[in-house]
Order: sequence, then structure tokens, then C-alpha cells
Amino acid sequence: MNKQVLVIGGGPAGLEAAGQLENLGYKAYIVEKSDKLGGHLLKWDRLFPESISAAETLQKLLEPVGHITTFLDCTVVSVSKTGEHFSVQLSNDATLNVSAIIVSAGFSLFPAEKKEEYGYNIYNRVITSADLEDFFKTGSDSRIQNPKSVGFVHCVGSRDEKACNRQCSKVCCITAVKQACEIKEQYPDADIYCFYMDLRMYGRGYEDLYLEAQSKYGIRFIRGRVSEVAEDETGKLVIKAEDTLSSKPLKITLDLLVLMVGMIKNADNENLSSLLNTRLGDDGFFQSASPILRSTEGEIAGIFFAGASTGPKTLPESINEAKASALAIHGYLSKQK
Amino acid sequence: MIDFGYSLTSSSRISLDNINQKKLKKITAVEPDFLKCMACGSCAASCSAGNFTKVNLRMVILLLNRGMEKEAIALIEGCMLCGKCTLVCPRGINTRNLIINILKIYKEV
Amino acid sequence: MIFNGKQRIWSEYQKEIPDDHYFYVRSCIRQNFFPASEKTFLDIVQNRLGLDFFETEHHTTCGGIAYHSDSIPQETLMTIVARQFALMTDAGYKNYVASCITSFGIYTETLETWRHYPELETKVRESLWKATKREFNKPEYLAHASDVIYKLRDRIATASVNRLVNKKTGEPLKVVEHIGCHYSKMFPSKGVGGAEYPYVLTGMIEAWGGEIIDYPERRHCCGFGFRQYLVKANRGYSLSNTHKKFESMKPFKPDMIITNCPGCPYFLDRWQYVISEMEGKTYGENSQGIPVFTYEEVAGLVLGYDPWDLGLQIHQTGVEPLLDKMGIIYNKADKYKL
Repeated sequence: MNKQVLVIGGGPAGLEAAGQLENLGYKAYIVEKSDKLGGHLLKWDRLFPESISAAETLQKLLEPVGHITTFLDCTVVSVSKTGEHFSVQLSNDATLNVSAIIVSAGFSLFPAEKKEEYGYNIYNRVITSADLEDFFKTGSDSRIQNPKSVGFVHCVGSRDEKACNRQCSKVCCITAVKQACEIKEQYPDADIYCFYMDLRMYGRGYEDLYLEAQSKYGIRFIRGRVSEVAEDETGKLVIKAEDTLSSKPLKITLDLLVLMVGMIKNADNENLSSLLNTRLGDDGFFQSASPILRSTEGEIAGIFFAGASTGPKTLPESINEAKASALAIHGYLSKQK
Repeated sequence: MIDFGYSLTSSSRISLDNINQKKLKKITAVEPDFLKCMACGSCAASCSAGNFTKVNLRMVILLLNRGMEKEAIALIEGCMLCGKCTLVCPRGINTRNLIINILKIYKEV
Repeated sequence: MIFNGKQRIWSEYQKEIPDDHYFYVRSCIRQNFFPASEKTFLDIVQNRLGLDFFETEHHTTCGGIAYHSDSIPQETLMTIVARQFALMTDAGYKNYVASCITSFGIYTETLETWRHYPELETKVRESLWKATKREFNKPEYLAHASDVIYKLRDRIATASVNRLVNKKTGEPLKVVEHIGCHYSKMFPSKGVGGAEYPYVLTGMIEAWGGEIIDYPERRHCCGFGFRQYLVKANRGYSLSNTHKKFESMKPFKPDMIITNCPGCPYFLDRWQYVISEMEGKTYGENSQGIPVFTYEEVAGLVLGYDPWDLGLQIHQTGVEPLLDKMGIIYNKADKYKL
């Protein structure tokens, strides 16, 4: 019988890993805690930096996994390792006997209401980047009413010790630039402002999109973190920040404010890591055996990682890591009898 | 009115609500490169006038974007159009044309 | 505004406020600024509601003014605080309630400092013993007096004679709440409702029939700022900050301002006069000011106390426009009685 591998988490990394493992001749099982495969990719409209359709991308990821046994609305309850074999009990009472486990459990979005001063869920016209992406996808959000001025706040819940998340979430800078261009396309008369601490345009094509945002779309970039948000008597938002380049406090009245929510650890990482006998880093993400040479491998033989379970990653990074992880498993299992 | 020996201090705060958007549109139309600055400071670092005067193109672009027009003009009047900033700008901004047009549009106040 | 978003935040910042048996300490400056407020507070809790609030003449300033003006170091401040705790211990109380916001901040800061640096507490205990031969227990509960009125707001509403409603139109009065900076900005978890959307005064206003205004500069300081005011060369900054708040709240047409700090009602009240004399600008209806109150004064008005017994004649911005809106009957001549 083929050797079996459990994939925990059915987002892009988990789907890609499962597909690759099947190609390599293993039997993969996917356990997904929600009722759908696809993870955060389900909520995206177009992907940076080249505006590729998220739905089509997901469709392609799903194709090879059509026949893979998938458990939805399901979590891991217990794991015991005997020799080289894991016996895994699931919440649907199924028991799986597998030779390796991939943790592709992903990340959570920072809950924007935790930054109380930004007034998410308090002021009507404050939304998150996820809400805006949903608006692009569905075309409706009662909070977006032909805005004439829109602000984007970078690093909401990222690089923020007060929010207990020191890490950079990697994807928000470029997402803000993408979304700023998209909203300008929909509302050409709107003035768009991005409030940033640093602009991290490290990926291929990111810098081009940033330049396009400036020169083609006229997006204005203000280096300073928004300090507080309030509503004026007409319901518009009054934003305060420091313009750090001119060393002056700054005020602007806006119709819409978009909070670029960061990527944080999943709340159940702690439970999952204790079940798997793995370690978490200070940031709450999973710790791999070595951050450079063995980033997809756990410290326990037979445990592997893919995607944002080991920290914020972009979609192509997660998918590449899933391929690498599948290959690492292949190497590991080939050595077994 | 009574003089109490102290007075209201005018706010130094930037208000983006009160910017002259017309002039910004005008300068953008005649020199679209105005939008391309990313505030790296290469222009000011290499400026030959800047060693002896307050000339600072990075600051001028910033101040115009923040609605501080008078302050911006004061920082560009000493420019001698030597073109060193054009050489060093990583975004390839046509600084000479930009400076000339900033003076045209904003000095007519 | 999404009201239940605020309610969710309020539910996360609830503090335990005991029902009864408090050691009450007055504020050093409120007795000059708004002398009847503390008297009204004690009358409400002791006589109207029959609760046990004890105060002693041996209590002194907490040292907050000197501390925030950089005149005394923190060790001195903590020793003064330790002496107040010794008075509470001697009187047999465990719940400590301060009339002053800055005192409340000082007590909170001191207790938190001792929690993080127990060696400082040991040192202060030694200093207090050397200086006064006193020993003390730390309070089990620390409250600000506005916490207590907040806790009693529904009992006060039940006994109310007047409501925060415009008697002619039947509309709720529009109320600006202003929270003292030292209430929860330093330690958000120690204040009812936290630091960004404090609920302590809002809860009172809702219970008594008024409607709260959330204006853009709501979180801004009243303008006092200790050194900003105390040094005359800086006084323009103090005034400018107050000015900024009034400019921001004016479009909302507030009927009144309620505060829970010694300095805030004083500066929001006095600076309105100064701005009108200096700039010729007023912020209320009919070229009048916006009346400013302490929460005890508002509780007193709601309970039907005579406005002049509440000391409202001490205010610089006339309170009559509000009394008229609430339909409170008062004798104009009594305003000037001794």
C-alpha cells in the first residue's frame, strides 16, 4: 500500500502539497477546519502584482485534488507517534495512520477592532483590506458610497508590539498599492492616500506597481502612521497622523479609510503544536528545524511545514514552499523501508 | 479685545483638506514626473546650491503635496538649474522642467 | 457611528467597583475651583443613598501637582501616597476613592510601580516609618469618585427630579463628555470603558436622559497640561488646546459639557471667557458659552438640588441657558447670596 501523508489545512499551501504528494505516488489526506477548501484565497478578487484572478488561481489549485480524501469542518484531536508512524485521531472520529504530516495551517487576519483608536466597527466608513477585497469581488458594501477621498493605513496589527505582533506581514504594502490603484480605477475622481512606515516593495513587479500607483494613478504616499480616527458632524472621517518627512502633525478628512490588516498566528497554533510535539516561535508561528537549509522540516522526524504556518508569506512563496515540502517528504519517506 | 499677556498659538498642523488641488493638477499636467518622487533625497544630497542655501527639491515636492506653497518656493528660488539632481534621480525625474514649472505655477501667487 | 461596536469595547473594560464602605479623599484644587462638588458627592452617597463614606481631616494633597510640574521626585510622591494609605488603614477601610483624577492616576501609578518594583515599596515603607512612624496596607480596591457615581447612576436616575432633556422640545440634551487624561490614558484597564471610548461619564448621561456627542477632538487634553498653564510663557499653548477642542465640538451644537477631572471643567469653563474676550468668539447658542459641569453637579441637578447650593455661581461661563433648557426653576437673586 502507498505511504500516507496527512495535510493539516486546505489552503493554497495544503492543496499544492497534497497535489504534489499524489504525483509522487503517496496517498494524501486533507483536514480542513472550515467548510471549504481554499483558505484566504477564497476571499481574494485579483492577486498582486499582475491582477491575476484569484478564483481562476484557486480553480487550478483545486483541479489535481479532486480525488483526494478531504475532511471538511474537521480538526486534529490527538496524535501519537510509534516508531515512524503517526496515529491521528480526527474530530469526526476517523483515525488515520500516516507516515508524515504537513502543517499548512496558515495564518489569521489581525482583528482590526483591537486597534481601538482606528474605530473599526465603530465608525461607519472604516473598513479593512479584507472588506475592500470582498467589495471588489462582490461589488457591494454599504460602507463604500462613491468615495471622493480614500486613505489606506499600512501595518495595522503588524510591526506593532502593542498589538503583540512584531512581525512584518509582508503582503500588506503591495496589497495596499494594488487596492489603491483598483479603487482609483472604480472612482477616478477620488483622492487616494497611503499612510506607511516603510514601503516594502521587495517582489518582482512590486516596484513597478508602486511607480504606476504614483505616476499613472496619482496615489499620494505619506510617511507616517495614523494615530487616531474620529467622525465629524457629517459622518466623514477625520484622520490624524504625523507626516514624518516634514516633521509636522497632519490632519485630513476622508470618505473611506481602509485598514491593511496584518497576518498573525492562528489562535489554535498552540494546541496543534502541543499535539504534534513541535515548537512555536515567539511570534506564535511554527518553528522549523532550520530557517535556512531546512525551513520546511520540523524538529521531529516526519513533521513538515508549508506556507504561512511558519510566518507571513506571499501566495507564490507558499506554493513554492508546498512543492519543497512535498519533495522533502519524498526524500524522508524514500529512506524508510 | 483684552490682552492677557498670552495668546492663541496658530496650529503648525498640516491640513490636507485645504490644499490647492488645482495647482497640483496643473503641475502634474505639465510635468507628470512630479508624481514619481519617492523622497529618497538624492537630489538634495547632490545639490550644488544646497551646500550654501536652503535649496532642497525633495522638500519642495513634499511641501507642495502638503499645501505649504510659500515654504516650498523659498526652498527652490536659489536653484541654478545645474542639473545634477537630474543625473542622480533614481526615478529619472525631469527635475529641470519640474523646477521651472513649479516656479511658473506657484510664484504667480 | 456603530453603537454596538462601542458597547463591545465597553464590555471589555469593566472594573470592579465596590458598593459601599469607602475611604474618601478630597482634591486639593477642586475645593477652590468647584468647592460644592465634593460636598454634593458626600451628601448624595451619605445622606441620599445612606452609604458609608469616611473622610479624615488628616488627609493632604497627593503631591500630584508638584510631581507633574517636576517639583518633587517620584520617591517623595510615593511616600506622600503611602501616608494617605496609612490613614485609610488606621480608619479600618479597604476601599479607597479619590475625588481627583490626577490623584487617581497617581495612586494607580504608585501601585503599579510597586507591583513591578517591590523594592521601591519596601523603601517607601521604610521612609514613611522613619518620617511618621506609620505603617499601611495597600487598598483592596481603588476607585475614582466618578466610578462610584457611575455605579450608582441608575439609583440616581430612579430618584431623579430633572432629566437631561430639553423640556420644551422633549429632545435629549446633547452632551460633550470630557474625561481627565489621568483617568485611563495611562492605564486603560483601570477606567470604565478604557482609554479610547471611556464609558464612565457616557453611562451617567445615558442613564439620566442625555445624548453623547463624539466629536473629532474628543480625546484631546482640556488644555491644562500642568506646565503649559503654570508657566505664563507657555499659557498660550494651554489656551490653544482648549480652543482646538471648542472649534471641533461647535458644529455638533452641544448643550453642555460634563467632566470628571479637577482641571478640565476649570479650563473648559474659564478659557471660554478668555477666548471670547481675546477673539470675540463664543461657542454656545445666542453668543453665550457652553456650560461646563462636574459630574457631581450634574448628578445634583438631576436629583433636584438648588443650582446655587451646587455652587454653579462659581462658574465663569453662565449655566442659566442649560438650567432653562432642563426646565429647572431657580431664583436669580440667590445666585449672589453668601
